[in-house]
Amino acid sequence: MIAEIGLAALWLAAALAVLQMVSGGFALRSADGAPNPLAIYARPAAVVQAVLAVLAFLMLLWAFAITDLSIKLVATNSHSMKPLIYKLTGTWGNHEGSMLLWVGVLAASGGLLAGFEKRLPERTMGATLAVQGFVALGFYAFLLLSSNPFERLPVPAAEGTGLNPLLQDIGLAIHPPTLYAGYVGLSVAFSLAMGALLTREVNPAFARVMRPWVLGAWVLLTFGITAGSYWAYYELGWGGWWFWDPVENASLMPWLAATALMHSVSVLAARDALRTWTIMLGVLAFSMSMLGTFLVRSGVLTSVHAFAVDPERGAFILGLLGLYIGGAFAIFALRAGAVAEGKRFSATSREGALVFNNVMLSAILAIVLLGTLYPLLTEAFDVRVSVGPPYFNPASAIFAVPMFLVMAVGPLLRWKDDKPARLQFELALIAALLIGSIALVSFFGQFALLPLLGLGLAAALGVAAFLPLRGRNIRRVPVATWGMVLAHFGVAVSLFGMACESAFTQERLAAVAPGGTEQVGDFAVTLESVTPVAGPNWTAIEARLAVSENGGAPVILTPQARNFWSPPQSTSESALLTRWDGQLYAVLGQQAEDGRWQIRVWWKPFVTFIWYGGLLIALGGILSIAGRVRVDVRRRHAAAKGAERRADLEALGAGPVPAAAE
Amino acid sequence: MKAKHQRLVLVVIAFAALIAAGLIFVWASRNQLSYFYYPEEMVSKPPEAGRAVRLGGMVQEGSIKTEPDGVTVTFVVTGKTADTVTVRYRGILPDLFVENSGVIAEGSLDENGVFVATNLLAKHDENYVPKELEGMGTQQAAKIAEETTVGLN
Repeated sequence: MIAEIGLAALWLAAALAVLQMVSGGFALRSADGAPNPLAIYARPAAVVQAVLAVLAFLMLLWAFAITDLSIKLVATNSHSMKPLIYKLTGTWGNHEGSMLLWVGVLAASGGLLAGFEKRLPERTMGATLAVQGFVALGFYAFLLLSSNPFERLPVPAAEGTGLNPLLQDIGLAIHPPTLYAGYVGLSVAFSLAMGALLTREVNPAFARVMRPWVLGAWVLLTFGITAGSYWAYYELGWGGWWFWDPVENASLMPWLAATALMHSVSVLAARDALRTWTIMLGVLAFSMSMLGTFLVRSGVLTSVHAFAVDPERGAFILGLLGLYIGGAFAIFALRAGAVAEGKRFSATSREGALVFNNVMLSAILAIVLLGTLYPLLTEAFDVRVSVGPPYFNPASAIFAVPMFLVMAVGPLLRWKDDKPARLQFELALIAALLIGSIALVSFFGQFALLPLLGLGLAAALGVAAFLPLRGRNIRRVPVATWGMVLAHFGVAVSLFGMACESAFTQERLAAVAPGGTEQVGDFAVTLESVTPVAGPNWTAIEARLAVSENGGAPVILTPQARNFWSPPQSTSESALLTRWDGQLYAVLGQQAEDGRWQIRVWWKPFVTFIWYGGLLIALGGILSIAGRVRVDVRRRHAAAKGAERRADLEALGAGPVPAAAE
Repeated sequence: MKAKHQRLVLVVIAFAALIAAGLIFVWASRNQLSYFYYPEEMVSKPPEAGRAVRLGGMVQEGSIKTEPDGVTVTFVVTGKTADTVTVRYRGILPDLFVENSGVIAEGSLDENGVFVATNLLAKHDENYVPKELEGMGTQQAAKIAEETTVGLN
């Protein structure tokens, strides 16, 4: 029954998406003031659709929890002997389940928008819901027609095939759901942008409605990318934290677009400038998350993320991609001219700095996009080429370095117009920190240019992030400003971690006989023994490494080489020793013929700062949302009180009362 | 500045940045992209020494040798013809790196014609197979590739 309920819920949700689309479309045909009678169904349709889609996902979750082997998806991706947590997370550790999660989050956010957002004019809301329904419909069609998660087996399987061991990790519980929720949040921003474009209501009020969705999506993307990076770092055993793998780029590109969009929507909300630019970024951000879905889910790439290689699915997603993005850009081209230009500003103003950084982010996005798609294009002509860090690192740095410099100064500038001379002290301080730290570091050794620049920029940015607080009463600084300060400081922290990892990492690779000792950095690593161990669904060879820092008391690390039996696969489990100033990373390799074991150990100074920085950035975003919500609640409260008082005064017959200023 | 102009300036700046990004890509594609070679291509038209490329082929039977330090391995990669390339790799071998199995080596040629690999990609699991190994040509190689790279089709 579980599968049938889930499938029925999906079909019903798809039907409601059609209703939402049509009814929302009628809202556009209504005259001002008098709502179209057919437009009232859009909101309830969105809410009920959300309930149904979430129900369908819960049904699949339930089927995985009890390992219902009569369902094909469970039989091919789960195993009764697997720990419960991995049974549950395995729900989205496959193509169909992950698409159902995507659709569930999409419908849920549409329902939230329809249920709670009352600030937008009804026409814009109707158009927004119509677009949202149209997007959802495409994904329902994709699920139901080409990747049905609830398909039954004619004969239930005796046992499941199991889950890819690389995915049997707590990372699977965090990384995909947050990324998906982020992607989908961008779809709401996209629908809002299209809705506002269709009704020409691109104004600060609209920006204030859009901002929490963009901020929320951006926070989730930041968190998802950070979690994914750390997961890849400890799980893959290669000691790297970012590989410029096409799949990673697929998540980075929406993040870059969302970062630009988030800043631009703030300018629109605060200053009524950058109207068309914001709409364009809204379309771009969603295009990038669609493209990411296509790259990851279509099988054009082979990686742990591409669960199924099925040309039909790839073609389907490509079709959806073309339809949405082509349609969106067509509407944008037709309507953009009709959106009145926003307020103007000079080049040396906060808006100017934000525009500059928006352009730099877009350029980095172009660099990443070209590098990611080029190998796919050349493959069509049978030229096999791969694009890696030698391209991505310097090419993105060309735009990232000026962006970071402007980022240090931008928040100090005034809106609309400012004189750089006013900021002499701050500019001098930032320049001194930048040059001073680069000079200091290069005095102690020879380092590559990029890590050096990274260290200098990290020092300058770390201090510059707090400069907007200078001369202000700390207790009266708005929460949203704290959010900005924290997020910018997080960028500096992350940059510091990246630069340190790249400049100061020490590595030792050796074949060691039991009892032998190797030195890496301040650590003496002794191989005590190598023994077989067994887990719930794997067996492993485990090394006991006694690690002692500067001759101190030894700590035991146990890297493993694991063998899973269902599906049969070997993985390497790294062992980590975390100190405040870095991590020791140990991997066990094969045994040589003479009985020695290969051991690879890295000392990575401050590598953890990369992810601490990511978390700080996400936390800054959360503070910013909280601050805006608080201001909004207060404003509503004040408006309600004002209305009450006016009503009282009128009841007293005190004559006409001036209307509230908005 | 007239009202119309500000929007125009913005568009021009954005386009300039995008064109700059495109030019940087074109410039980088001359020397930063790493091309894929089969052993016979690497023998007939070797890339210049030190240039990062990738080499894909089969590990020749009986050719894997570990040097006395216990972590440096040399082996011979074969392709469709009799041409072979010797590869040296210092590091921990992938779990499923075995003789007569497909492998992709990332690295560069040194002056002596030995391919110094910085990274090896072998069959990773049942589903994750380096794409280039689909192209293994001769019947025997194709058969071996099929056996060692399950789940390609």
